Order: sequence, then C-alpha cells, then structure tokens
Amino acid sequence: MPKALIELNHINKSFAGVHALKDVSLRIEYGEVHCLAGENGCGKSTLIKVMSGVHAPDHGEIRIDGQLRSGLNPIEAINSGIQVIYQDFSIFPNLTVAENIALNGELAARKKWINWSKMRQTAKQALDKVGVDLDLNAKVEHLSVADKQLIAISRALMHEAKLIVMDEPTTALTQKEVRALFRVIEGLKRDGISILFVSHKLEEVFELSERITIMRNGKNVISERADQLNREKLVYYMTGRQIDESYYEIGKQSGTPLLRTDNLSLKGCFEHISLSIHPGEIVGLTGLLGSGRTELAEALFGLTPATSGEIFRDGEPVSIRSVQDAETHGIAYVPEDRLTEGLFLEQSIERNMVVSVIDEQKDKWGMIDRRKVKSAVRSWIQKLGIAAHSPLAPVKTLSGGNQQRVVLARWLAASPKVLILNGPSVGVDIGSKEDIHQVIRELAGQGLGVLMISDDLPELRQSCNRVLVMKRGRIIGEAEGKSFTQEVWSELHDARDDDAGPVERRGNTA
Amino acid sequence: MTNQAAKRTGPDASYDDPSFSLKRWLSSDGNLTRLFVIMVVVFVTMTVLSPRTFLTLDSFSSMAFQFPVLGILSLAMMLTMVSGGIDLSIVGIANLTSILAAMVMVRLVPEGASAGTSFMYMLLGIVCAIIAGVLCGLLNGFAVAKIGIPPILVTLGSMQLFMGLAIVITKGQAIVGLPEQFSSIGNGSHIGIPVPLIIFALCVAAVYVLLNRRPYGMKLQLLGSNPTASRYGGINNTVVLLKTYALSGLLASIAGLVMIALTNSAKADYGTSYILQAILVVVLGGVNPNGGFGKIAGVVMAVLTLQFLSSGLNALHVGNFFKDFIWGIVLILVMVINAVSPRLKWKRRAAGSSKTSS
Amino acid sequence: MRKWTKTSEFYVAIIILVLFAAIGSQNGAFFSSANMFDLIRSSIVPGIFVICTMMVIISGGIDVSFPAIATFSMFSATKIILMLDFDVPVFAAFLLAGIIGLGLGLINGLLIAFFKLPTLIVTLGTSSMFSGFLLTFVGSRQISNLPAPLEQFGKTQVIKFTTDAGITVGLPMSVLITAAVVILVAIMMKYTMIGRGIYTLGGDPVSAERIGFNTRFLQCFVYGFVGFLAGIAGMIQTTMMRSSNPVDLLGTELLIIAAVVLGGVRITGGHGTVTGALLGLLLIVTIQNSLILVGIPSYWQRFVIGALILIGTGVAAYQIKRSSAKQSSILT
Repeated sequence: MPKALIELNHINKSFAGVHALKDVSLRIEYGEVHCLAGENGCGKSTLIKVMSGVHAPDHGEIRIDGQLRSGLNPIEAINSGIQVIYQDFSIFPNLTVAENIALNGELAARKKWINWSKMRQTAKQALDKVGVDLDLNAKVEHLSVADKQLIAISRALMHEAKLIVMDEPTTALTQKEVRALFRVIEGLKRDGISILFVSHKLEEVFELSERITIMRNGKNVISERADQLNREKLVYYMTGRQIDESYYEIGKQSGTPLLRTDNLSLKGCFEHISLSIHPGEIVGLTGLLGSGRTELAEALFGLTPATSGEIFRDGEPVSIRSVQDAETHGIAYVPEDRLTEGLFLEQSIERNMVVSVIDEQKDKWGMIDRRKVKSAVRSWIQKLGIAAHSPLAPVKTLSGGNQQRVVLARWLAASPKVLILNGPSVGVDIGSKEDIHQVIRELAGQGLGVLMISDDLPELRQSCNRVLVMKRGRIIGEAEGKSFTQEVWSELHDARDDDAGPVERRGNTA
Repeated sequence: MTNQAAKRTGPDASYDDPSFSLKRWLSSDGNLTRLFVIMVVVFVTMTVLSPRTFLTLDSFSSMAFQFPVLGILSLAMMLTMVSGGIDLSIVGIANLTSILAAMVMVRLVPEGASAGTSFMYMLLGIVCAIIAGVLCGLLNGFAVAKIGIPPILVTLGSMQLFMGLAIVITKGQAIVGLPEQFSSIGNGSHIGIPVPLIIFALCVAAVYVLLNRRPYGMKLQLLGSNPTASRYGGINNTVVLLKTYALSGLLASIAGLVMIALTNSAKADYGTSYILQAILVVVLGGVNPNGGFGKIAGVVMAVLTLQFLSSGLNALHVGNFFKDFIWGIVLILVMVINAVSPRLKWKRRAAGSSKTSS
Repeated sequence: MRKWTKTSEFYVAIIILVLFAAIGSQNGAFFSSANMFDLIRSSIVPGIFVICTMMVIISGGIDVSFPAIATFSMFSATKIILMLDFDVPVFAAFLLAGIIGLGLGLINGLLIAFFKLPTLIVTLGTSSMFSGFLLTFVGSRQISNLPAPLEQFGKTQVIKFTTDAGITVGLPMSVLITAAVVILVAIMMKYTMIGRGIYTLGGDPVSAERIGFNTRFLQCFVYGFVGFLAGIAGMIQTTMMRSSNPVDLLGTELLIIAAVVLGGVRITGGHGTVTGALLGLLLIVTIQNSLILVGIPSYWQRFVIGALILIGTGVAAYQIKRSSAKQSSILT
C-alpha cells in the first residue's frame, strides 16, 4: 500500500477505566476531504487528540508520511503539518487577533522572544489567505463566533499545514456562515491540503467529503468512499437503527392563542414582534445567528425582559419581568447551550430534574418532602425513558440525548402551558433526537404550545406545523412546516433584504 | 451530634431503600470516611501521648469553650463557599458587630442602672449586633449578586471596610468591662454544658436544616455548581446569594458575641487569624472550594479534629507556631489525598472489572 | 493604541492625580521632596510584591504565601550567613535568599501544577506551613546584628541631599533592585514566550496546552520565580530595617492583592500590566502615607482602602456587566 499522509493503525485508548477507543484505524490520503462521522460520545474527539499528540495511545501505531511516530507530542504534530481546530477553537479571549494567529507558529519554532511587528505581519498574511479583514490589535473576546472560527482557521493555515482537522466546526454557525466555511474548505483542498471534517450532521457529511469513516461506541464501523454511501446507510452505520421521516400537521387554529405577543421589542435585539401560539401547535422559529431569535426566547422567559410591547397568555395581558414571572404564567424554556445554561453537570440527575419545582416539594413544615421528590423523579425517568444507573449519579455521566431529556423533564415537571425549545437537538445523537421529537409531538397533542428555535431545516420541517423566519430583529416571513425546504428558506430570507429592521447585528450574542 | 447529622443524610445513599446503613454512608463519601478516621487517629494519638493532660475533664471543658467561635465562623465560611464564593470579611463583621454590642452594653447603659435595666441593655446590644451582622452580610451579598464583583474581592474590600469602621469607632482601643451577665455566656455552663457549645450546636442544627432540608439549601448548592444554569432553571440567584451572605453575616455576629463574652472585651483586630483557620476547616471538611458541594458533618468533624490537635499539642507544651506548621501540612495533605484518591479509585475499578459505564 | 483612554490604568492614573492634587492643595508638604522620597521608599518592598502578585493573578491563580516566603528566606539566609562567620558579599546574600525563596515557591508550583489544587487554598496552607516552620525550627527572635556587608548595603544611599528645611533625604540602594525587577518583568511579560505563555495560561489553560505550551512548567515557573523575587524582597526588607524580623512582613498579602486589583489586573486571570500594578500600589501607598497630611487620622486608613476596593472593583464589574449583558460570573 502506498504511503498516506497519516495512518492510525489499531489504536486503543482507555481513560479511568473507560475504553474510549477500541482497535480504531484511520487513513487519510494526501489532499482529500475525509469525514469522520459518528454520534456524540463515539470516540471521535479522542481519536483527534491521539492524532494531534495530546493523548498517547495505549496500543497501536501512528504513521505520518509513512514514518512510524511513537511518543508524538503536540509540537511534533504541528511540525508535521497537523493542525486541529477544536470545537471551542482554542482561542485566547484575552489576547489580540494577531497574537492568537501567530503565537502558535512562533511557539512551534521554539522562539524565546516575541517580535510583535513580525507577528502582526504573519497574522495579516494568514488572514489574507482566508480572505478576511480583522483588526489585528483587537482583543478576541469582543469578536463574534464566526470571526473566532476564521481566526482559528487562519492560525491552522500558518505553519504549512498539510492536514487540518475540524472538530464539529459548524455547531455554532448559521447556514450562511456554514456556506462560507465550506467555500474556505474547498479553497484549501485546491491548495492540496487534506481536511478531516468531524461531524454528526448528515447533510454536511455528504456535501463535503470524498471519503467517510464512521465510528460507533469507540470502534470504527466502516470507511468508504462517499458515493458508495447514502443517507439511510450512513444513519444505519452511525446508530445501528433506521429512521423514518414524517411530518407534524394540525388543522387551522382558531380561538384564543395560548401565547400572543403584540409589538414586542427589546432595544438593540428585536422589535415589533407579533406572534401567536395556539394549543397543540409546534411553531418553528429560525434565522441567522444574531437575528434576535434567542433574545426573543429569553425575553419571553423573563431572562432579559422586553422593553416595550405586550405579552398575552390565554388572552390576558401579563407582565414578564423575571424567570419567576414566566414560571407563574406557565412558560418554560429549554436553553440553547445545554452544558453551561441547562445542566448542573456535577450534581445528581435528581437535583437537575427538580430544580424548577423545588418550592412545590415542601411539606407542611416548609421542608423538602423527599418522598414527593423521589416519586416525581422516578415517574419522569420512566416517562422519558432516561437511561441512568441511579437518579443520584451526576448528570454528567449521561449521554447527550439523555441529558437533554433531563432538562426537558425539569420543565415538564413544572407542567407548563407554553414550552420554548432552543436548539433541542444540538449535540444530540440521531436516536435520541427522534425520541425527543416524539415527546414534543405528544406534548403538543395534549394541548401544549411549543416554540421551537432551530437551525436544522429537516428538524423544523418534520416537527413544526409552521415556521417563522427572523432577520435583524424582525419576523420577516412564515411558511407551512412540511414545505419548509432549503429553497423556501432562502426565498423568505433573502427576498426582503432591503426591508429588514434597523437593529444592528450583535457580535457576541447568539 | 456528628453522628446524628450523619444519620439524617442517610437516605441520600440509596434511592429506593429508606433505611440507613453506616457502611453505605461511609463508602458513599470517601472524604467523610477519611475525615472520620483522621479525627479518631488524632484523638487516639493525643490520648496516648499525654493521657494525664489531654484525656481529662478539664481539658475537654476548655476545648468546649475554645472551638465554638471558630466553629461558627466556619459555618459562615462554608455557606459562602458552597455558593461558589468566599467570605473573607467574617472576622471583620464579628469584630465590628461585637464592638457595637459592647458599646451598647458598656457606654449606653445609664450609670448605676439596676440589674433589670442593664439586662435590657444587654439584650439590646445583642440585637444590635445581630442586625448589624445581617446588614454587613447584605452589603456583601448586594455587591456580589447585584453589581457582580467576584466574592473574593468584595469581601477583601469589605473586610478592610468593616475592620476600618471598627477602628474608627473605637480609635483602635479595646472596650472592656462588659456586664457580668453577658460574660457568663462565654464562661458559664448550662446543665453542665458550656454555653458556647450550646450556641454552636444550635447554629449547626439551624444550618443543617437550611442546607439539607429547606429548598433554599438545594438552590444554594445548585447555584454553587453552575450559576448560569440556576438562573435558566428558575432560581432567583440574587435572592439566594443575598440570603447566603446575610446568613454568613448573622453567623459571624453570633461568633463575635461569643468571642467578646469569652474575652470580656471587644477590639477591632481580635481573632484575625480566624479567617484563614475557617477556610482551613471548611476545606478540610470536604467543602468544594469551587462551590456546589459541602456537608455539615464534614465541617464539624474538621473543627473537632483541629481542636483535638491544638489541645493535644498544648498538652505537649508545643508552641503556637508549630501548630501553624502542622495545620498547613494537614491542609495540603488532605487536599492532595482528595485530589489523588478519585484517580486511584478509577484505577482500582478499571482493574476490577472491564465494564464501562455509559 | 487609540483606545488607551479606555484602559483601567488610565482611570487609576486619573484617580491618583486627583488624589495628589487634593492632598497637595490642602498641605503643601505633600509635594516636598522629603514626602515624595518617603512614598518611593515605602514602595520598594511592596513594589516587588505587587509584581509577584500581578504575575500570579495573570496566570489565573492567586498567591497569599509570598510574605511568608519572603520572611522565611530573609531570616534563614541571614542566620546561615551569620553562622558562616565570614563576610559574604551582598549579592551572595541576596542570591541565597532568592534561592531559598525559589525552593519554597516551587513547592507551591508543584502542588498546583501536578495535583491541580486551587491556588488560594494551597498558598494559604503553605503560608501557614512556612511561617510555622520558620518560627518553630529556625528562630523567632529578631536578629539585630546583621552581617557587616548587609549593614553597609542598608546604609548606602543612591541619592542623598539636604532640603532647605535642613532634612536629609535619600533613597537606599535597594530601590535599584526593585527598578530592575520591574523592568525585567515588564520585558518578560511582553516580549518573551514565557511571558505570553503566562497570559495564555490565565486566558484558557486547556487551549494553552493544545497550542503547545507546557502548562505545568509555566505554573512551576510562575510560582518558583515569584518565590525567588519574594526572597529578594525579604532581603531588601532586612537591609532597610537593619534587622531581620521573622514576623515583619506577615499579613501584608491582602493589601498587596488589593493594590494589584485596583491597578486593573483582573482577578479571573489573563489581563493586567506592570504599569497597572504599580499604579495600584502608588494609590494604596499614598493613602497609607499621606492621608494624615490632610488631617485625616491614620485610623481611617483601612476604612478608606476598603471603600476604595469596593468602589474600584464595583465600577470595573459594572462596566463588564454592561458590555456583555450575558456574561454571568459570580465565581472567583
């Protein structure tokens, strides 16, 4: 066999007794776009860390350019042309753009002194390669997510990268930014740079890659040319089960809406939002990052109260100035970022489930009634099918899908009337995603109103009976759920370009 | 008292079995087990080394008068540490509030007042101190929760502020001549139990109920492990933090009252070494300095251990400086063991079975 | 550099100027060379301490053990030199104190780097350990008969003149050491890989490791180097006091941290400059030394400093809160 850019053969790796990689092999050719697919927690990230020298494998060999490399460390990996862009970009918020881009290379060259003008120069060149213009002296903490990613890519391009590994690069990006990223990737490929693209999003996997390696439970299942695979096969290999596609439809709604807003505005974030959600509806809400969709959700939930306009619950005007107000009026919110906003990772599953209803678990002395708590927790674990050893185990021991169910259970325990979901399936494996959608449909069937914010078009299409599109702080269009395709989205979003509101895009908020 | 507190946490150990099992409880929390063993070892060692001085009624009685002040301050420190913060101002609050109390009792009371009147003034002094303690705590809480200053900075500043205020009020002088009725709190016994110990036990019981039985306690622990998630989860962070620092101030003022009752005088810079000792006790007691976790039983055992160690070393005629040395070593050792033991546990588990948890 | 007016250093500088103007207008003696030299002299030892604390806080930690390390180093170094019973040159005395400090600092560094223990608690523990060990096993009585070279060094002045009022003012040699340390650290933090590494460590330790910094080495370096500097500072204290007192510096740590934080060094790590730290110190020293000149009794010092910390950090926190409404950091 001819030599490849990098070969990993029979890699094994365990952490604290957990066998994360079992006999995994991966081969990346010169100049190919290779996709590493698999559900969350299947060992993709560990494999990358082995490749980049952060973790040493317990068994197995790494060959770069056909050369056996034992005891690979991060600096050697960088010097061999391997660059990893992690999910969090590994960027330093406290340093300038120039330093973030150039420091890595200087360090790899074992420089002891810093030459600031040279660093700025190299950083400028790197940014030019990607075709962006950023203030080199600006501190990175004030930049948007997409800009941070561009910095990470520019940094990877320095130092003659031969292979750029991108770990779930699209998670925090909007569709538009994803397109821009794909163009950058195609450009890199033309320059002869290999790309290893790690993802669990099927559309991206097919669009981009020439070859696909699929992992499941720490083993590699298959490594195949992309044109030999199709969507069904891929899902089957990733999850070990089949998926079905269906739509959520309900009849035309009349009567008093559960939730209605009238000209709701929050200065600098969104304005003149008038929407209504009827019982049984699942209303999708989409828009680019910074379109004001998250701010709208957080305003409805009282986290950042709206500055003007009115909110009606069951036709009655209500004032929502705090999360407590929202709870009182039966509004629940499953936040966007599960790990930082949703969960108490170190705390038990039980506590994570009852946090929003602790005050209702009191006995006549004002103490927490343990029996009440336990029976509630037990019933939710059963209802949502949460796979846990014990409700007292820390919630961080659960998989992404089960964690999302815990957050869902927390709010369902408060028996809300309106449920706002922000990115309900981000970072959730396909199997759990289906289950979560099923739960949401059942809840809507029982008369709950749901507002689902998502970037995932298939998800919106399958789950929502109608979808609202937001742009620069305004709702600019609405479509039927099952017909909400890529074309419809582009048409709605791009048609009213001149008419969009004056609200400026805010960089550092989602 | 320790054991009772321990027993009540029992049901935590198993979800479906309501009965208590000591074995399960001990194995559920390695830190408490270790602490218990350390406490017993220290006790036995000190008994063996100086049986005639350490293991006497006198020695126990003096211990019972000595440790409650540090114990109560540690409870205050513990609450703020569980919230993910820290309170460096507790000694400042203790001194400031006890000076206020002493001024009411000594300066305000009319000359030649009857026993009844002076008793009233004593009560007034105590009430003033406690109200002032809560207000000081609320100031800390406001700066932490509303303005958003890191707790270590807030309390670093307010420690200077409170102590500075105490110095300004007293011009650096001590206030002496507290009424006898009041000193009896510090030196007297009730049905054979020293009054400071009774006050400590009441504080422990109150904090136990707040932390483990009231919704406030669960909110505090959740807030401590992730303040963002607790906000999204419907917990009113501001209220919880205000309560926590107010409680810390309240406990500090109680400690201050016990302190001046013991020494029969009040001064702005009494007991400054208690700040570090309280942190030591709390960390030794297994409270996570990053917030979210902490058990009362651990803190009580830690303060007892330190008192045994301290009194034992006194019996051996070892100087105070050597105690500092030992305390430093104990703190570092316990933290190293706590840091290393989970890794060892994992290794043992990995060796024992090849099962992986999902 | 167009945004320099937005830096916290700028605000501290303004506050200091206002304070200077206020005190000076009330009492002309403030601007006398005697008083100014007094301010500088009071800043020599704390000057090194704020530099130490600044480095540690930028690296994402906090160190309360430096007074204990300084005291330990100076006292045991003095004892060793006295035992040797011959005239050890001054630089060797400083070096010895520095090396002892380095050793103690490395204990901190190793505990923090290899066991990942919280820095505040570790240094609290070692602080108690170091001073306990010193006072128990090395000695607890002040040494007044310093070795002759140290005595001599303490007496030598860099600048010395007599004012119109007939007061002789001067600055000791050690001011040069502090100046050298300040310049050295300023260059190191800005222009060396190690310096930038310390910033990355405070910014995001996981990423620092990923881009190839040896974070364990960096942490050991920071605490070791700070220990070394603390040892030097301790020796300066000895020469300035003409005696070695084993409890002299203890208890100054919180005030030093306050100075550094007032100077705009963010307690959460990653942000801060030498200039800021020095300005913060100047503010504190001025309040300590000169409030009395405007008739405010010295017992108000603590109160004023406490209020300043709360207001200073409060304004900073309020600005951060406003600039990013989403950020919620109540953790230290």
